[in-house]
Formats: sequence, C-alpha cells, structure tokens
Amino acid sequence: MPAPIRLRELIRTIRTARTQAEEREMIQKECAAIRSSFREEDNTYRCRNVAKLLYMHMLGYPAHFGQLECLKLIASQKFTDKRIGYLGAMLLLDERQDVHLLMTNCIKNDLNHSTQYVQGLALCTLGCMGSSEMCRDLAGEVEKLLKTSNSYLRKKAALCAVHVIRKVPELMEMFLPATKNLLSEKNHGVLHTSVVLLTEMCERSPDMLLHFRKLVPQLVRILKNLIMSGYSPEHDVSGISDPFLQVRILRLLRILGRSDDDSSEAMNDILAQVATNTETSKNVGNAILYETVLTIMDIKSESGLRVLAINILGRFLLNNDKNIRYVALTSLLKTVQTDHNAVQRHRSTIVDCLKDLDVSIKRRAMELSFALVNGNNIRGMMKELLYFLDSCDPEFKADCASGVFLAAEKYAPSKRWHIDTIMRVLTTAGSYVRDDSVPNLIQLITNSVEMHAYTVQRLYKALLDDISQQPLVQVSSWCIGEYGDLLVSGQCEEEEPIQVTEDEVLDVLEGLLVSNLSAPVTRGYSLTAIMKLSTRFSSVNRIKKVVSIYGSSIDVELQQRAVEYNALFKKYDHMRPALLERMPIMEKTASNGPTEIVQTNGETEASMPDTKHLPLVTQPANQANDLLDLLGGNDVVPVIQTTLPTKPASAGGELLDLLGDLSLSGDPAPAPSVPISQPPFLLDGLSSQPLFNDTSAAIPPMTAYSKNGLKIELTFERTNPNPNIAVITIHATNTTEADMTEFVFQAAVPKTFQLQLLSPSSNIVPALNQGSVTQVIRVLNPQKQQLRMRVKLTYTHKGSPVQDLAEVNNFPPQSWQ
Amino acid sequence: MRFLLLFSRQGKLRLQKWFTPVTEREKKKVIREMTLMVLARPPRSSNFLHWRDLKIVYKRYASLYFCCGLEDQDNELLTLEVLHRYVELLDKYFGNVCELDIIFNFEKAYFILDEFLMGGEILETSKTAVGIAMEEAETLQETMEEYMSKPTY
Repeated sequence: MPAPIRLRELIRTIRTARTQAEEREMIQKECAAIRSSFREEDNTYRCRNVAKLLYMHMLGYPAHFGQLECLKLIASQKFTDKRIGYLGAMLLLDERQDVHLLMTNCIKNDLNHSTQYVQGLALCTLGCMGSSEMCRDLAGEVEKLLKTSNSYLRKKAALCAVHVIRKVPELMEMFLPATKNLLSEKNHGVLHTSVVLLTEMCERSPDMLLHFRKLVPQLVRILKNLIMSGYSPEHDVSGISDPFLQVRILRLLRILGRSDDDSSEAMNDILAQVATNTETSKNVGNAILYETVLTIMDIKSESGLRVLAINILGRFLLNNDKNIRYVALTSLLKTVQTDHNAVQRHRSTIVDCLKDLDVSIKRRAMELSFALVNGNNIRGMMKELLYFLDSCDPEFKADCASGVFLAAEKYAPSKRWHIDTIMRVLTTAGSYVRDDSVPNLIQLITNSVEMHAYTVQRLYKALLDDISQQPLVQVSSWCIGEYGDLLVSGQCEEEEPIQVTEDEVLDVLEGLLVSNLSAPVTRGYSLTAIMKLSTRFSSVNRIKKVVSIYGSSIDVELQQRAVEYNALFKKYDHMRPALLERMPIMEKTASNGPTEIVQTNGETEASMPDTKHLPLVTQPANQANDLLDLLGGNDVVPVIQTTLPTKPASAGGELLDLLGDLSLSGDPAPAPSVPISQPPFLLDGLSSQPLFNDTSAAIPPMTAYSKNGLKIELTFERTNPNPNIAVITIHATNTTEADMTEFVFQAAVPKTFQLQLLSPSSNIVPALNQGSVTQVIRVLNPQKQQLRMRVKLTYTHKGSPVQDLAEVNNFPPQSWQ
Repeated sequence: MRFLLLFSRQGKLRLQKWFTPVTEREKKKVIREMTLMVLARPPRSSNFLHWRDLKIVYKRYASLYFCCGLEDQDNELLTLEVLHRYVELLDKYFGNVCELDIIFNFEKAYFILDEFLMGGEILETSKTAVGIAMEEAETLQETMEEYMSKPTY
C-alpha cells in the first residue's frame, strides 16, 4: 500500500475540481482510502489521515468514522499525534457523541504530563467542550493546576475552571481557595483569565459576590496602573495598554458595585477618570468608554457621573462611525426606563437616526423612539415615525405599525388625531398590520361617536384609491356598513363632505366582493356591510339581489351568510331593523376601575365615559345617546327625530333588570332586544325607583327654564357607586294651548365634565300641562366643580319652529359636590 | 462568545470554532444563515447584527469574513478588537497572511486560535506570548525521522 498522500497535496487536488460532482468524487475516493488505512490500524499515517479527514469535514462531508481514530491519536506519545488528535476531538467529538467520555482518561493523563504544551492541549480541550461528567471527574486536576506558578498553565486552568463551573455549578466552591492570590499576578494572561473566573463566580453565586466585594480596591488599583502606565509594546493597542483587561475589569466592577453603595463609591473616581481621559479617536478607546458607561449606569453611581455617562452616549450618537452609533442606541435603549429624562434630551438625535442608511441602526432607533414617546412629544414624534413607516423596509413595517398603534392609544391628544393616525398607518402599511388591529380599530371608531361621519368618509375615499390592503378594506367595509347613512347624507363637519350616492357605495362594496384582491374574510365583511345598509339605504331591492346571488357562492362562509340574510329578508323582515341597528359602544375587555376616561388633553371634545357606569348599555341603537358636542352639536338634531322606537312595553321588564344590575360586566346587550324609550312611566320611574340606592338626602328640584309657556324642571339623584356621577331628569311641560312638537333638548357642559344624554320619553310636549317630556342626563364630575350647563331647545309651535338658548347656573350644591 | 466562523466571499467555510455543544445539523444551519446574512450586507453598514438572541459581529479582511456570535453582556466594540488581534497573530505567524495560508494550513490557524481564545473568552492578551507558544510547541513536533522511529504507545 503506497503511503497516503499528504494533507497539502490533497487540498491542492481537491481545489482543482471544477464542479461539485468532481469534488465529491475525489473526496469519496480519498475517504475510501482513509477508511481502509484506519482498518489496518496503521500508526504511522493515522495522523496524516485524520488531518485530511478534518479538511474534508470542513468542506461539509461526513467524518464520523474518524472519531475513534482521534482517540487513538490523543493516546499516542507523539506530540504531533496529540496535537491533531485533540483538534479532531474538538471538531468531531462533542459531548453528544457516544465515544466522548472515552477521552477522559487520556485527558487526565495529559493534565499531568511533564510537558506544559501537552498539559495545555488537554486543558484546552477540556475547557472548550468537556461534558459535565468529564468536568466532574477532572475538576480536581484543574484545581491543582490553578495553583501552579507556571503562568502558561495557570491562565489555561483558570478558563478551564470557568467552563467546569458553567457545566457543573456545584463545583464552584472547590475553586475558591485557589482564587486567593490570583489578582496579585503580574502576568496579563493570568490576570485576564482570573478576572473572567471571578466574574463567572460572582454572577452565579450571591455568596461569592459578597466574598469578592473586598477585591474592589485591588481591581481599582490594577485598572489605574493600566491607565497610568507607559507604553508597553506587548499589550499596546493604539496607545491604550491592554484594553481587553481594562474592559474585563470594568465588567467585574459593574457586578461588584451593583446595589452596593460602598463599592460603588470606591470605584467612582476611577470611572470618572476613565470616562474623561480615554482617547476616543479609535475604536479601542470607544470600546472602553462603552463598557465604562454600562458600568456607571448599572451601579449606584452619583448623579453627576450618570449624566456624564449619558452625555458620552449622546456624543456617540453623533459619531461618524456607524458601529458606535449602533452601540449608543442599544445602550440608550437599556437606560431609557431608568433615566428617561436624560435620554429625552437626546431625542432629536435619536429621531435623526431613523433616517440612517444602516438597517441595524434604523431598527434600534425605531425601538428607542417608541420608548421615548410620551404625552408631550406625541405629535412631533408621530410625524417622524409615520414618515419612517412610509419609507422603511418591509421588515420594519409590522413592528412600526404596532408601535404606532400602541403609542397612539396611550397618548392620543384627540380622537380625530387618533383616527387620522390610524388611517395613515392603514393606508401606508396596511398589509403589514397585525390581525388584531382590525377589531381594535373598529372598537376605537365605534367609541369615537362624534367622528363617525368623518371616519366613514375618509375610509370610503381610501377605498376608492386602493383595495389591496386587507386590514384597511375590512375596517372600511365595516364602517360603511355601520355609517353608510352618514356617508350619503354628506354630514361630515371635520372636512368637506363628499357627494356620494347609495348606488356608488354599493358599487364599491360589491366590487370588493368580486375582486381577486379580497381575502375571504374581507368578502365576509363586505357582504355583511351590504346587508346592514338595507336598513340605512333605500335601495333595498338591489341589496336583496346581491344577497340572493351569494346564496349559491362556493365560499362556504359567504354562502352561509347570504342564506341567512336572505332568510332575514323573507321570513324575519320585521326583525331586520332591530338586528341591523347601530352597534353599541363596545367596552374594552380590559377596562379597569370607575374613572377610566380617555384623556383629551384639554382639546374641546366630549368623550365617552367608561360604559361600566352606564348600565343602559342597551341604548346603543339610539343616536340620542350620543354625547352632545360642547359647542352644541347640530348634527345630532335630526337624528333624534328618527329614533322613537315603537316596541311594545313588554320589554320593559328586561330593561329594569339591566338597570338594577349595576355590576354589569359590560356585555353589550344583544342588538335585537330592547328599544330605549318606553312609555314615560319607566323613565319617570327612574327618579323614584330605589335602583340607584339613593341614600343621600333628596336634592331639591329646580326650574332651569321657563319661557314662552315652556317650563323645564330638573330633578336630581346622586348614584351611590360612583360619587362623581349625578343623574338629572328634565321634565318639560307646556302651558300653552298648542302642543310643542319635534321637541329637542340639548345640553352642553364645561370641559371638565362629561355628559350623557339619554333618549327622551317623547318629542311632543302636550299642551296645557297634560303631560310632560322627560329625559335623563347623566353628568360625570370628577373634579367636583360647580355644575354649569348651556341648554338649547328647539321645537315647533303652532307651525313655526322655535329655538332658544339658555344657561343654567343655579344648580343646588348637592348636585355637584 | 458562542462561535467564531471564517468564510470566503463565495461562502466557503475556512474555519469553525464552536464554544457550546451544538448538533451537526444546527451547525450547518448557523453557518448557512451567517453566510447569507453577512454576505448580503451592503458595503458601508455597521459591523453588528441581531440574530435570534445573539449579537453578531463580523469584519471583512481581504477575501475573508470573520464572524462571531456574542451573548448579551459581551462588548461588541471590543470584539472587533479581538477579531483584529487574531488577524494580527495570523499575520505575524504566516508573514503577510492571505486566505490561501489559512486554507492550506488550517490546522495551524486552529492552534493559534487555541492559544488566543478558550471557551469563548480571551486567554492571552499579550501580542508576543501567543507567537512564543507556537514556536515552542513547534519544536516539540517531531521531524519525519523522529516520528518514524519513536514508538506510538
């Protein structure tokens, strides 16, 4: 058998292969030769063969049949063999292999070898990949070597001990005595590995941490010497002496100083010194500064030092070097929770980093920007973040969109802004938003009652532009289904109302149904929306036609919906209006506590108080429950006219139950049930019913308005569960000989109050005091301010419309205190 | 440090060092992903990436990419210095090191690495100590004659 070819020869040959197939062929041939050589138990060439095998392994070919051969090499007396053997072991014999443990004895022998380089090989192998059993067996040997005066071995033993501790933490105690004078070594290698060992022990055991705290002065001294020492050719890196050791010491100091005042104080000076004196022109200086900043932020440093650290990070942000900017952003992200204000000062620089070309930097900047958003900077920040969302890579869009939604929810300065922001996200990154954003958004829109017209108009316009982004399309279809009537009647007051006909709207919705771009879920949304419009639009026939077509749709979901809607048209037509009424205000599933009111930051808007307080959650369908805008929402007026329901009184009992049950968990009542207004007695009954447990002394009624024969009297209750709510009932009576028809009562209150107007008992005030119209107002007054109200009355008397405004200021103190 | 990889601009692996136990399959996966991610980076990006729960630091020297995976507490900027130091050590040993040196003498590259790092931590910070250890170890390596005449066991 000719001698196996040399390693370099093989490498050269394989590299001449021009195709993958050719290479594979050469490799297979060589492997076969090697395998037969192994079988012959050839001692001479084993080393060469294993080396070749390792090369082929690196190219990606299997080499497991060489495992045992590595063991044999390790056991050999020849140094050359051992070297390759241990290398092979490290590459092929990790702890998952069965034969791994067979190494133990060899390693043990070699740890006691007379030659330090053999001992070194053994320590290295054990320290890189020894299994737990092996570590347990050999820990004693390692400990012995840790005490040797031979620095070459000592440093290797130290890192080997680190590995042992990582694998078998219980053995940590064993190494404690040997650590006693580790730090008095002059050899940098030993010093460095000792610091690593100490760090590992302190991180794993609080007892060790306490024990080693006394080393702080010594560590400070070593660090100081490094900084002050002159040039040392051996350890110099760009003018800094042994930066690796410096950084490791800083890291150990961080662990020792954490939550300990004395230690932190002892290292204060040296940290300040390093922070101010380190040369920052090269990467190595910045590496040390970086570690210093991390240490300062983590220990109990004095505030001056902390400010210094954050300023260093601020300077890093302006550095030309991308790596340093990246590292600064990462560190700021870690400290933004604890030193929020200090980081806020660098906000504009951070926001600029959003425009950086580097992807990693952009991501960090985005995360940090979201962490810095608060009520004060929300408008400015959101502008930047939305711009970022527009222009960023797709990989960012999902996270950015979620971040925008969260921030908007927490800090939105106004409902309109909130909706505009969400619209912007949907139109720019609509396909990347998370699935749960659609229901969340729908809930938000439903609850922003006064924005319905504006919202549906904007969404409609967005649909005209683009129907490919599914979340946007889904929300839009839902809104059009709900508020389509507002859309065609052109009632938007936030912006110029658009002119759109019912047919155009139905065209759009039908377009969604047939479009290839629509997902099945989206189609479901549009079909339901079309159906809902049957009670809001007049073109019912067209809708009936569409619905019946889809009764035979292939899509099972659509088919089912269509069939049921068809049935609704045919057999249950009397239920249709009730079923398809406006959705109730939805309560957030995570509502917590009585005073959860959306913050409006002083902008003129009424907002919905938490519905938990309003057992009359069943009111939804009635527009009259919409809060009046403080400026006297005119658009509410016509709506009130149409909502006098005609249900029989039999449902009254249910309503009473609901009223009585103040601990309603906020399930919106099923839409088809209960109309709002009942024969007057029910609402009148409110004031005398013990439902609200009115234990407070009766508050005297007052006359709010008396003019032209119309008299409005107010009676009060204070609800017990929430002392901030007052319930006022108006009683309108008419002393003239003609009825006052189309009577509408509206009220507005100052900003600090919240108002809810429930529906009136009727809108005809009978002549000659033959009856009265009653209406309930609920007022939330968390700041206990004096109640003032502006009322607007409109009615028709003897054929002519009458309108009047009045201020009511003389509320009895008990109604608001 | 969890791992250190060297690969060429064409994605061929030149050296792999794993500091934690990893299956063969997982190793191949990591190598493939690192190669893809790093080679895809535009020319003037930062040297840092985020991958799974690790920080990836890479640096290109001529035709070779040096890539390592760090844990959370490791200092990325310092790791750049570590990679640089390793290159310097290789350069000192081989004299103007190039990729071919590492291809044909991969086992020496490993030996040098094992004198510089162990278990993912720096073993020796002195520039000269590693070179000295290599020289001395080399003298222990038997010549051909010695090798043939010395009994194996």
